[in-house]
Amino acid sequence: MRFGVIVFPGSNCDHDALHAVSRNLGQPAEFIWHDSRSLGGVDAVILPGGFAYGDYLRCGAIARFSPVMKAVGEFAAAGGLVLGICNGFQILVEAGLLPGALIRNRSLKFICREVRLRVETTGSPFTSAAQEGQVLRMPIAHGEGCYYAAERTLDELADGDRIVFRYLDNPNGSLRDIAGILNPARNVMGMMPHPERATEPLMGSCDGLLVFQSMLAVAQAVR
Amino acid sequence: MTARVFVSLKSTVLDPQGQTVRAALNGLGYRGISGVRQGKFFDITLAPDVTPEQARRDIETVAHEVLANPVIEEYRIELLD
Repeated sequence: MRFGVIVFPGSNCDHDALHAVSRNLGQPAEFIWHDSRSLGGVDAVILPGGFAYGDYLRCGAIARFSPVMKAVGEFAAAGGLVLGICNGFQILVEAGLLPGALIRNRSLKFICREVRLRVETTGSPFTSAAQEGQVLRMPIAHGEGCYYAAERTLDELADGDRIVFRYLDNPNGSLRDIAGILNPARNVMGMMPHPERATEPLMGSCDGLLVFQSMLAVAQAVR
Repeated sequence: MTARVFVSLKSTVLDPQGQTVRAALNGLGYRGISGVRQGKFFDITLAPDVTPEQARRDIETVAHEVLANPVIEEYRIELLD
């Protein structure tokens, strides 16, 4: 399975994501520069964390106009696996590939620490290797991670079993404790916590590997 | 011609920055201030050959598509001379 990690000007978790899938998952991975118009035939795309385009205007607001995002949109529409982590999640909501928005943390503080997440559904290509209700430990590092959406959208997410992760101890004010969500077709996921930063013992947790192992299992099943 | 686009959070969206500013103002003794909502504005200069109709269309489009995120924000446009 080949992973592509998109690199925007200002991405800073791109190397972490590449390390996680290449070294710790053991799959080939490559960087894709933001002005590329093609994804080069990869099997899955990761939009990494960071501060794409300096987070100017709003987080993800400029990045979504990058040439590569057209290719990401087409890839997603064709059923390709797309994982947006942190800033990558913010870019996916700005691009309209996921609903809602990520706004300033309720505390106004940038929060960088480990959190606990509950797996709310295993019916997704990103959590199929997990147990329902399993609690995962991984870090967050964001100033704008408070998930917001209209009540109706929140109900749709809940009714459609599209809330993937919830915080056990909501750090940022996210509505309904949401930490990660799916699109209706379930092939695009955005999450604020960093699974790539929890993929080997040295990092303090290996729980993030479950996300990448799930993606790998789905890709192998398709073959 | 110039245009000014005001962007602010919808009233239904929590504005912790505005709340913090209000708390600070109250702390300074301004007891009469009961609420603050924070926003931003963009001053946009239009090229001399752009017609007012074209300007209005373009500004409306960029306000909706780029400058504001309609999920959480609302905007108001002023066209100035």
